[in-house]
Amino acid sequence: MTPQLVSATAPNGADHAAVPSSRQADMADMADMAEYLLWLGDDALVSAQRLGEWITNAPELEEDVALGNIGLDQLGQARALLSYAGELLGRNEDELAYFRDDVDFRCTHLVSLPRGDFADAVVRLLLVGAYSEQLYAALTTSADERLAGIAAKAIKEVRYHVEHAAGWAVRLGDGTDESHRRMQDALNRAWPYLDELFDPHPLTDHLDGIAVDPATLKEPALQRITAVLDEATLTVPATQRVAGGGRDGRPSEHLGPMLAVMQVLARAHPGASW
Amino acid sequence: MSRRPTTRRLPSASVVGALPADTDRDTLAAIGIGNPLVPMQEAPRVTATHPRVLAALGGSADPELRRVAVAAGNVVDPEIPVLTLADLGVLRRVYRPVEPDGKIVVALTPTYSGCPATATMAADVVRAAADLRSAVAVEFVLVPAWTTDDMSEQAGAALREFGIAPPGARPDPAGPIPLSLSVRCPHCDSRDTRRTSRFGSTSCKAMWACQQCSEPFEEFKVL
Ligand SMILES: [Zn+2]
Repeated sequence: MTPQLVSATAPNGADHAAVPSSRQADMADMADMAEYLLWLGDDALVSAQRLGEWITNAPELEEDVALGNIGLDQLGQARALLSYAGELLGRNEDELAYFRDDVDFRCTHLVSLPRGDFADAVVRLLLVGAYSEQLYAALTTSADERLAGIAAKAIKEVRYHVEHAAGWAVRLGDGTDESHRRMQDALNRAWPYLDELFDPHPLTDHLDGIAVDPATLKEPALQRITAVLDEATLTVPATQRVAGGGRDGRPSEHLGPMLAVMQVLARAHPGASW
Repeated sequence: MSRRPTTRRLPSASVVGALPADTDRDTLAAIGIGNPLVPMQEAPRVTATHPRVLAALGGSADPELRRVAVAAGNVVDPEIPVLTLADLGVLRRVYRPVEPDGKIVVALTPTYSGCPATATMAADVVRAAADLRSAVAVEFVLVPAWTTDDMSEQAGAALREFGIAPPGARPDPAGPIPLSLSVRCPHCDSRDTRRTSRFGSTSCKAMWACQQCSEPFEEFKVL
């Protein structure tokens, strides 16, 4: 296994222990912080797993490589986030990835939807990427320096992913009748899941200055998305949102079967390394 | 001292494909096939005066730290063996831990979040230090995030020689939206090139083709 990512500003446990009166508050803060890191880490991990399913299934070899590389970037982001969460929870990144059940994950429904058409992958990469772009940009100034460092790394990668998705969205959306229809269908399928990404949540209020209120990301992310959709001659769907609930342990029905595939090896052979 | 992996540029597929099956040895040797005398391209040697080694030491005159820093700086990227960790700019710090009996710490920074080469780099640093009878622990730091500006000028030249177009200048984030400039072909120097894919064999590279000499090549992407 690779060395854990550590930051120059790792939390110092001794300082917490020295001041008993503030310790309870610190413990509560740590639980909140871990929960927030699971939000971000689980979105990245589950999205990476779905992208990995495209390898050997993409329309061309270059796209196998591209989606694999994007998934790898997301996996790296997930590892940094889940390692950090794990240090706060007393578990390691592998335990968090392989030995939690679907209701223990905190990812949104959008990232866990089944692979679908290539158009679905393009749309999802655009929507999730536009959200992540705003999220990580905002987190680069988080009061938590370690999270700010992870975000500063991730933002550069995510921008490139969005450019890639935007390129495909325009090429296919403004392409043939067939490619346009499939892109619009994919957009119609994904759109009801978009709002969940921007739902406000009490957790980010508890982490004032550290976390970002997702609702504040909605307008700039939608601007980016609609600019691409315009150029791609696609129409913003007028569909009702789905309920969501991924942040509160109500995952999509698709997460469980996906985790079954992702976790089976680690669970069948606990402690195995490869 | 362990020998560093060496490498050389392979003859292009188009040249090999164009050769008749009965091509004689001299002809093959002339274009570098099966000829052991063709020099292998090695990564430029890193010494104690390399700017990245000096920066990693932070002014320390500790001789063991200096030896470890030079050894770590000479470890090469497993994917691009003409780049040392010093030239790649991922060697950040070499220092003694607070605990008196602890191992010397070599701090590296990853190029991309998910780059699988980081694990190999860490293992190679530990091995290179062990060759000097120094026990080290590798830690990864993310702040400040690595950029291609952290690569040395020497790295650019080594990449080009290796057949990979080096990264261009980073666009000014405050400036106008950057145009995608074409990348110079590392084989024939032509600017008549086109990108064939934003992603290549590793996270850090994109794929290009040269319209002048018809060779495909990789570009180390600006980050
Ligand atoms: Zn050329």
